[in-house]
This record gives sequence, structure tokens and C-alpha cells, in this order.
Amino acid sequence: MMKLYTRRIWINRIGITLSMAAMSLGLIALLWILWTLFSKGFAALNWDMFTQDTPAPGSEGGGLRNAIVGSGLILLFSMLISTPIGILAGIYLAEFGRVSKFASFTRFMTDIMLSAPSIVIGLFVYALFVTTTGGFSGWAGSLSLALIAIPVVVRTTENMLKLVPTSLREAAFAVGAPRWQVSLKVTLRAVKSGVVTGVLLAMARITGETAPLLFTALNNQFFSTNMDKPMGNLPVVIYQFALSPYDNWVNLAWGGALLIAFLVLAVNIGVRVVFRNKDKR
Amino acid sequence: MSEPSATAGIDLHAKQVRKFRLQDRFFHHSTQVFAFVVLAALVGILVSLSIEAWPSLKAFGPSFLWTNVWSVPDDKFGALAAIYGTVTTSVLALLIAVPVSFGIALFLTETCPLWLRRPLGTAIELLAGIPSIVYGIWGLFVFAPLFADHIQPPLQALLGDVPIIGGWFSGPPIGVGILTASIVLALMVIPFIASVMRDVFETVPHVLKESAYGIGCTNWEVVRNVVLPYTRVGVIGGIMLGLGRALGETMAVTFVIGNANRINGSLFAPGTSIASTLANEFGEATPGLHIASLFALGLVLFIITFIVLAISRWLISRSMGSEGL
Repeated sequence: MMKLYTRRIWINRIGITLSMAAMSLGLIALLWILWTLFSKGFAALNWDMFTQDTPAPGSEGGGLRNAIVGSGLILLFSMLISTPIGILAGIYLAEFGRVSKFASFTRFMTDIMLSAPSIVIGLFVYALFVTTTGGFSGWAGSLSLALIAIPVVVRTTENMLKLVPTSLREAAFAVGAPRWQVSLKVTLRAVKSGVVTGVLLAMARITGETAPLLFTALNNQFFSTNMDKPMGNLPVVIYQFALSPYDNWVNLAWGGALLIAFLVLAVNIGVRVVFRNKDKR
Repeated sequence: MSEPSATAGIDLHAKQVRKFRLQDRFFHHSTQVFAFVVLAALVGILVSLSIEAWPSLKAFGPSFLWTNVWSVPDDKFGALAAIYGTVTTSVLALLIAVPVSFGIALFLTETCPLWLRRPLGTAIELLAGIPSIVYGIWGLFVFAPLFADHIQPPLQALLGDVPIIGGWFSGPPIGVGILTASIVLALMVIPFIASVMRDVFETVPHVLKESAYGIGCTNWEVVRNVVLPYTRVGVIGGIMLGLGRALGETMAVTFVIGNANRINGSLFAPGTSIASTLANEFGEATPGLHIASLFALGLVLFIITFIVLAISRWLISRSMGSEGL
């Protein structure tokens, strides 16, 4: 009897210890990656990075100005495309689609698109857009990133709208408001901050996406704000520079990686902090 | 006197109601159109990839899937090496990631002090937020050299002479290769699997757990005999979600897999995956069979991940109720 008891205690101890080990493994991986990023990234960080363009092969110095501006433009336009589409589709799923078969099918497919390989979306935009418009362009890059962002916005908008109490909708209906006004002016407004969160998280998600940009925006060594032409962008520059034989290129890759990771993590943490404060109130 | 004005009021009201009804119908259908965009994108991907891949599918037929050749000069293409690399790295990554994720989920739901749950949970979620290209350069510049110097040689010394599995650990320890890619992939999918597991573990009714604790069960026994059986379906869903993620992961794998388009029995040897082949070759592909074959690879990848993710979502939503994730 006593023997069985000690055995059970020991099995439990081993199990708990292993689970703690797993937890620490996750934390160590996170800290290790962040530490590498900060130590190597900060070493590469200087003003030239923001004021000079990507260097030619073999030349000294250089910066990431064209890539930073290009990434900014591509991101801006992909968010301008995906935000309205995502929010309206989310409204449909939450307000009209609770019982419809079409809506539950769409919901299911949206969930799959959330995790679909981004490189395949790049191939799709290449086949659909790059070959028909005559070449790689910033627009193609924005389009492919928008396709990745849309499902994120759809699902967060829908989940947020579902949290709105039915009584709020009923109150608006009772004073004679039509459905579209209830959706846009009452329920959507009630969950404004949640929807903004979804949009920010979608942006964080696509900031570091590299694979689809390889076949769409391509890259551009020079400063350009022309969305009809290939456009420099941080992820592709990091990819190409990290695998290059030049030390200053590799350094710039680390600097760029730090910029991107900092932006993504800041959004992720910021959103959580803001939301936790909301919960407390 | 008041009669005519009253009917006028009713008329006006009826007009207003009709107007609202029209507006509502317009609103309903226009939001529906936007919801349709997602479906259209999905069908569009399937159709456009099939069209672009057609020359290759016609030339090689289904044997494209099991032919081990990838030769641009000869215009001969088969997907076997890429499929082998994709499946091997993903399965190995799961073998590492599933126990670790289970441990993390167990810790976060059962033994972790309450005040630590939120920060630790957030830390694991942040691991999912790190862009894959960052995993890639970290894997190439930091992890792979360390792996080659300090882990591969002892592993080889320990397991290299064991029959059957010895061959997996043969060859020069160069850092990059199938095994390195699997480990980096494992780190990337751990947060996804762990957070699904944590979420489904939290759906277990407290009464069930408390009655087990009440008759003297240990933490381990509660998880083993109450929580796991109750959440089995969701846990499998979470694992499938991780698998779907791992299969399609591109940048991190491209950095550390070594990009050699061949099948080698050793896990230390460089290989390739579908996604990394696409990332490496698509930009400079020659029009014709080469580019069509790359599209065919993309199509294969899309279909495999679609099936895996569909099963995963179905299992998770069954386990979590109609809410889904």
C-alpha cells in the first residue's frame, strides 16, 4: 500500500518536473532568439540605416531606407484593402450568418485560410496578377499580404461582434433603427477597440511575411515609391542579405530583422496590455 | 379634420419602412459579397494553380508525385525529394513539439501559480508572433553552428553505430540539414499546439477535476485520466493545426534545410521541402516545364495542408463547441 503511494507520488513529481522543463524550454527559446536579435541587431543599428539605401554588391556601408519605405507602403495599402473587406465580412458572419449554411461554410474556410501556407498565396497572386499586369509590382505585394490579413480581420471582427449583448441590438431595433444602422452605428461601435485590435494583429502578422513577397513585390535596390514597379521591402532584403557573403549586408539583415521583430512584438504586447486594462475597468 | 393628416403620417411611415427594408437588403447582400471574397480566394488558388501547373501535370502525370528527379537542364521534374523533405521535417518537428506543448499546457492549466499564468501564457504566444524569417536567420547563424559543434558529434557517437537507426545520424555534422530544420520548425509550432491544448484543457468542467482531486488523485493522474480523455479530440485537432503550419512553413526552413534536391537517408544531410524549393527557384525559373512543375509543387502543398487544416478545424470546433477558435 505504502509502496503504491510512493510510486504515485514519484510519477507525479516526474510528470510535473517534465512539464516545467517544457515550459522553461519554451521560455529559453524565446529569450535566446530575442537576445540574439537585440545583441546583433543593435550592433548594426545606426542613422545610416534610415537615411541610406541598400548598398550595391561589394560597396561599403549603406542602409535600409528604400526597404523601410517600401515595406511601409506595401503594408499601408494591404491594410487599406483588407480592413474594409475583413470588417464587412465579419459583420456578415456575426449579424446575418448565425444560422445560414453559407456563413458556417465561409467561417470554416476562413479558419483554414488563417493557417494556409503564405507561399502558395504568393504563387496565386503571381499567376493572377503579376503575369497579367506585366511584371512584379508593389501592388502585387500589397494584394498578396491583404489576402493573408483578411481572414485575421474577419475572425476577430466576428468574435468581437458576437460578444455584444443581444439586448443592445434589441434596444436599437425597438426605437426603429434599420438593421444596417444597428450594425454600423451600435454594435460595431460598441466593439470598436476589439476590431482595431484585430486590424493591428493582422498587420503584425503580415509585417514579417516574406514568402509571398518573393514572387510579387520582388525587391528593388533603389528608392522608389512607384507601386507599379518592383519595390524594396524589409523581409526580402533580410532574406537576400542574410544569405550574402558581404559582412555589411549580413549586418543590415540583422538590423532589419530587429526592426521587424520589434514592431511585431510591440503590437502584440501593446494590444494585450490595453486589453487587460479594459478587463479590469 | 385630423383624419387626412393621420393617414399622411402612416403613408410617410410606410415609405420610411420600405426605404429601410431596401437599405437593409442592400446591406445584407453587400456584406455577403465581402464574405464571399474569402471563398473566392480559396477557389481561385485551386483553379489558378491547377491551370498554371497543367503543362507539368500533363507531361509527368501522377508519377510526378513519386519520381525522384529534379533536373532543370533535362526538363525532368518529380516531387518526391521535396515531398519527402516536407513530410520528414514536419513529422520530426511534431515528435519534438507535441510532448513539449503538452508539458506547457499542463503546466499553465494545472500547476502554475495563478499570478504567473498570464505572463507565461503571453510569453508562449509571443513565440508565435516572431516572424518566420527571424527564426530563419537565428537558425542559420546561431543555432546551426552550435548544433554542428556541440550536439551533432555526441549524437553521432552515441547513436551512429546502433543498427537501423544509425544511418539517420551518419554523415558530416555541418549544422544545416533535415534535423536542424525539424528542430527550428518544432519551436515555431509549439506555441500553436500549446495554446490549443491549453484552451481545450480549460473546457474541462471543474466538477470533474475536483472530484478526481477529491478522491486523492495527483496532478498527473488528473491530467492523465480525466483531462486528456475528455479533451482527446481537441488535442488531436491542435496537433493537426501544428502539422498544417509546419508543412507550409517557408522562410525558416529555407534558411536551415540546406536546399539540396535529393533524398538522403541521414537526418544530418541537407534536403529540401516543397516550400523551400519554391522560395529558392521560383524567382529565377525558366518559363515552360520548370515553372509549371513549381506550380504543381505549390498545388500539392496546398492540397495537403488544406486537408490537414480542415481535419484540424473540424476536430477543434467539435471539441470547443460551435464557437471554434
